[in-house]
Order: sequence, then C-alpha cells, then structure tokens
Amino acid sequence: MDIHEYQAKKLLADFGVPIPLGGLAYSPEQAQYRASEIGGDRWVVKAQVHTGGRGKAGGIRVCSSEQEVWTAADEMLGSRLVTSQTGPRGRGVYRLYIESVAEIDREIYLGFVLDRETERVMMMVSAAGGMEIEQVAENDLDSLIRIVIEPAVGLQNFQSREVAFALGLDASIVTEVANTLKACYRSFRDLDATMVEINPLVVTVDGRVLALDAKMAFDDNALFKRDQISELRDKSQEDPREMKAKDRGLSYVGLEGDIGCIINGAGLAMATMDMIKIAGGEPANFLDIGGGASPERVAKAFNLVLSDEKVKGVLVNIFAGINRCDWVARGVVKAMQDLDIEVPVVVRLSGTNVEEGRRILEESSVSLITADTLAEAAEKSVVAVMEGARV
Amino acid sequence: MSIVIDNQTPVLVQGFTGRIGSFHSKEMMEYGTHVVGGVTPGRGGTVHHGLPVFDTVKAAVAATGAKASIVFVPPPFAADAIMEAADGGLSTCVCITDGIPAQDMMRVKRYMRRYKAENRMQLIGPNCAGVISPGKALLGIMPGHIYKKGEVGIIGRSGTLGYEAASQLKALGIGVSTSVGIGGDPINGSSFKDHLATFEQDPQTRIVLMIGEIGGPQEAAAAEFARDHMQKPVVGYIAGLTAPKGRTMGHAGAIVSAVGESAEEKVDILRDCGVTVVERPSEFGSTIRQALSACP
Repeated sequence: MDIHEYQAKKLLADFGVPIPLGGLAYSPEQAQYRASEIGGDRWVVKAQVHTGGRGKAGGIRVCSSEQEVWTAADEMLGSRLVTSQTGPRGRGVYRLYIESVAEIDREIYLGFVLDRETERVMMMVSAAGGMEIEQVAENDLDSLIRIVIEPAVGLQNFQSREVAFALGLDASIVTEVANTLKACYRSFRDLDATMVEINPLVVTVDGRVLALDAKMAFDDNALFKRDQISELRDKSQEDPREMKAKDRGLSYVGLEGDIGCIINGAGLAMATMDMIKIAGGEPANFLDIGGGASPERVAKAFNLVLSDEKVKGVLVNIFAGINRCDWVARGVVKAMQDLDIEVPVVVRLSGTNVEEGRRILEESSVSLITADTLAEAAEKSVVAVMEGARV
Repeated sequence: MSIVIDNQTPVLVQGFTGRIGSFHSKEMMEYGTHVVGGVTPGRGGTVHHGLPVFDTVKAAVAATGAKASIVFVPPPFAADAIMEAADGGLSTCVCITDGIPAQDMMRVKRYMRRYKAENRMQLIGPNCAGVISPGKALLGIMPGHIYKKGEVGIIGRSGTLGYEAASQLKALGIGVSTSVGIGGDPINGSSFKDHLATFEQDPQTRIVLMIGEIGGPQEAAAAEFARDHMQKPVVGYIAGLTAPKGRTMGHAGAIVSAVGESAEEKVDILRDCGVTVVERPSEFGSTIRQALSACP
C-alpha cells in the first residue's frame, strides 16, 4: 500500500526524522493560510499524488509570495498529474502540501528496501540525491552504498558512520545523519514497510539535516496489525477497477488489452495471459479468483472484468484441484445466466471431474465457447475477439 | 525412498482442527500420508479424525515421534507456528498459509539460523501447494490424481500452474518423482536452488522441471547452480511475460522491482546457463518429452 508524501513525513517525524515546516491544504485559501502560518518568503507547493516524477510534470512549484501560493494551488487542485510513472490517465490532485523552502548545501539519496537475495532490510545511499535511484543503479552502481541490516540487532552506529564518512559529510553532522538513518530503519521495521525512500535527504547551508521528500510503501499482508497505516489509504489514487477488486477480496491488475481474464491461481493467470499474447491478443487484466472458484466468486469476477469497457471477450481458465469441474461449470453457467453478457466467453476447465464439467457447459443454454487445452483457449479467445461476433 | 517425505514419515498437522487444516488432513490421510496427529493450542487431549490433538509441537513430537509437519495456521500466527516447528525438533515443515507479512518471514529465517545447518529444519513455502511424491505421500494440498508416478522432478512457485504442468505430463504418459511448491512469497523457506540440489542426488529423478515467474533473484541463482553443479538436465519456464513493471501479480513475490527480474531477462539467464526453456505454457509436456528422449 502506498501513502502520500505528507503522511510519510508525519510518520517519519514521529520516529525522529527531521522534516521542514509544512501543512496540508485542500483549497487555495487553505494553501495561502498555510504559507502565512509557516512564515518566511518562499514556499513550495507540492501535489500529493501516489507517484514519483512529480517535479518534471509540474506537480511541485516554488512560490515567492502568498498570492503565488494561492494561484499555484488553484491551478493544481482538481487537475490530473501525468508523470513518467502514472500512464496516460495520470492521478487526480486533491491535496497539496505547502512547505518552507530549504537552502540546500548537499543532496543525498536514502532508501530502505527488503532485499530478497539477503532476506534482510537493505539501506541504500548515494551522493547523487534528487536523481531517480533506477538511474543511479544503471549508470553508476559503484557509487551506490549498500548496507545490509541484521534483523536481530538492527542498524548499528558504525554502519551509519561508515555511510556518513563515505559521503564526505562534515564530522559535525555525522551524529545527526546517523540518528536519521536509524529513525528511518525503525520506522521500516515497526510499521512493516516494504520501502522507505527519502530523495533527497539534504544538508542545509546552515548545517541541518532535513528530509525534503519522503515515500513509503507498506506490506499489504501486514495491514491487519497496522491500523494506523490502513487508515491512510487514499482510494482517489487507485485505479477504480483495482479498488473494486481489492474491496471484494480479488487480486486484480488492470492492463491495456481487450481480453478479460478469469483464472484461479496467480501462476496460471500469468501463464494464461502470456499464452494470449503469444496467440496474438492482449490481456485486459490479471485476475486470480483464488483456489476456491466458488460460483459466487466466478460471478463477482465476471462483474468486475466486464466493468472494463475495453473488454471485447472473456477467457475463463479454471484448474479444479480440490473442487470439482462440474461444480465450477455450474457456477460459470449460473453467472452467465444471471448476468447479461454481450461479449464472447471462452471457458476452459481442467482437473478433477473434467468430463462432467465439459458436458455441463456444452449442454447448457448459455452461449459460450469451450476449449480443452490452454493453447486452444487462448487461440479461441483471440479469434472470437477479432471476429467480434457472439458465437 | 523419495525426497522430502515418503509413506513412512510421521506427519503432524499444525492447525489440525481448523476448517482448512481439517479438510486437507483427511485428503492427505486418504492419499497414504502417515499423519500421526495434530497441534491446535487449547485443544490438547482431544481426538480429531481419530488422531490425538496436542497443545504444543514439543508435546506432539514427544508422544508421536513426528518428523515433519504441515502448517495451516492463519497468517497472523503462521510465523510463530513455523518457529515452534523449528524448535520442536522436526526435520521438515511445509507452510501452506498465504498472506504472512514479509518481515515476519525475515524473522523466521533469522530465527532458524540459531540451529546448526545439520539440525536445521527444512522449511518449504509459505504460500505454496506443498510436496507430493506420487503413489507415496502427499504433504500438501495438490489433487493427487493428476500426478502420475515417474521420473520428472518439479519445483514451482505456483499451485495451479504446477497442476497444469503435471496434467500435461500425465496426458503424455510421463510421471513425476516428486513435486515441490516453494511458494509465491518474496521470502521463502527453501529456494529453487535448494531443491535442485536434492533432485540431483535423488535416484528416482532423471530430469527437473523448474516453473518460475517474475520477481526476485532465485530463478537466476538456480540456473547458475544447474550449469555449475548438475548432471541432470533442467527444463525451465518463467511466467509473467505480460506483467507490467512494479505491479504485484497475485503472489506477493511476483513483482518486477530490479534489473534481471522480468520474464524476458530470466528466460535469457536460463538459456545462457544451458537450461532448456519451455517457450509457452502449453508446451510443458512436449518440451519434457523431448528433453527426456535426449537423456542418456
């Protein structure tokens, strides 16, 4: 789960990470009021959207008067911000964060991730603050300092000192930098984060350490014990189809193609989508309806997949393991009878009681195309969508 | 004697009396697995499926001599159950539970290091379908009848895609020695590489099929292991050609977040290491048949 910059900053500040003065605004008036509250003569107005690359897309503006803050806020609120990471639809801007401007001496990249190779939390630091970490990793991997943290004892002072001195920081701020790194690590550990990124962490001209930006992502599987994180969810930043799926306990990822997929099991779902592509089509979505494949879940899945207007055909691929195909077949037939489906539907069943399942599909009154193998199912769905005809 | 378990291995079920644990315990017993009892804290002293229930793993091991366990405990409590198994003296544990927090698994792996390698429990999963040695024993949730007994070892992340592969093999009259599900989580108990090493030593296995997917470094590490340390041929498949970068595809671990983690890149790595690649998921059977006919 992703959260906004201002939410991440608040969480990090609670662990002791220094952040600039700032305040949230939902209207131009509120933005102007925040600016006057913060004081000073320069502010930055930042769109709160769940994506990176905001600066280049016009989502971050520096203003030199309260009037300018009002105008920037007025222009940004209600707009959609399209960045290199959002896709063409972009993300809606409904919240702004107004912050005082820092006089920067050094910019540092700081990130924490769960490293799957070492199975530990890994801290990554680079002197090239402000740059996308992917670029740093690609162009100058050697400049990226990587520290693996031992979970039993956590981040040690010597590790932070090694980082600070490797960056060539002044000895007078090494302790403050070390404390900031430790605070970030504690937040990662205590909140079940999957990513904490401060880019940039800056040293100001007057020698203070500040987190100018902050990004945090959390483990969905750990939200049951992190209610303070769950409540930070902002549905306005989610794809409406994915939000609907999530609220119904289905695992769904929207894509750009036109063949809707209803499959049980994540691996089989990915493989079926690959098969569609190989057959010359494009999948409209990833959807794993889980091991159960009960009639109710199949019906829910049809509803969800067909809510995507791009979908011109549906491929159902169920491997009945513990369930039986006859039971799944009855569920598919019932869902199709209850819903008014106008696009061609290809159904492939395999596993337990497959003959009985196929017989039920073939003898039913609903109009569907059956397939025996994975390849046949993919090919038939591609052809059916191309012909655009209901069989 | 098959790898991991056979029909003599005494098995405990953790989460024995819950709905899911209870259902699959019965399936395993019917398949021929030697289930000797179960653990459900607070239900010790009762009887379930005609077998004793214990409050703790240690009490169950002391009374039954169990060597392996299978975990059906819900996600908030599953990491704790795995650590209890590791401390209870079991040699193998399969964890079926899907949805364990990644940092809980990180702590489980750290905890298990307190035991010397030779005494350390082998953990399979979590978020996996378990292990089956067709005709012998099932320590998992697979539908037993889709597997024919034979000489192909299977290691896979996904449950149903593994079933797809096994049924394609069966349709061609090809059988399986053992199938191991390592699970779809970012941090898991044992890796492709760990099981390749076991299959290489297993006299019943002539060839190994590795069913991988996007995300993580394990497929690449396994391919290098196959190149450097294996005599037996390895056939591999990677799911997720159409998966967009940075999105989680159902499995918590199926996400491309670093260089080398996409399907295309992994397929290239497999090929470079001499692994025969299954080009499309409809060709598990035919690719294995061809590779088997080239086997000495």
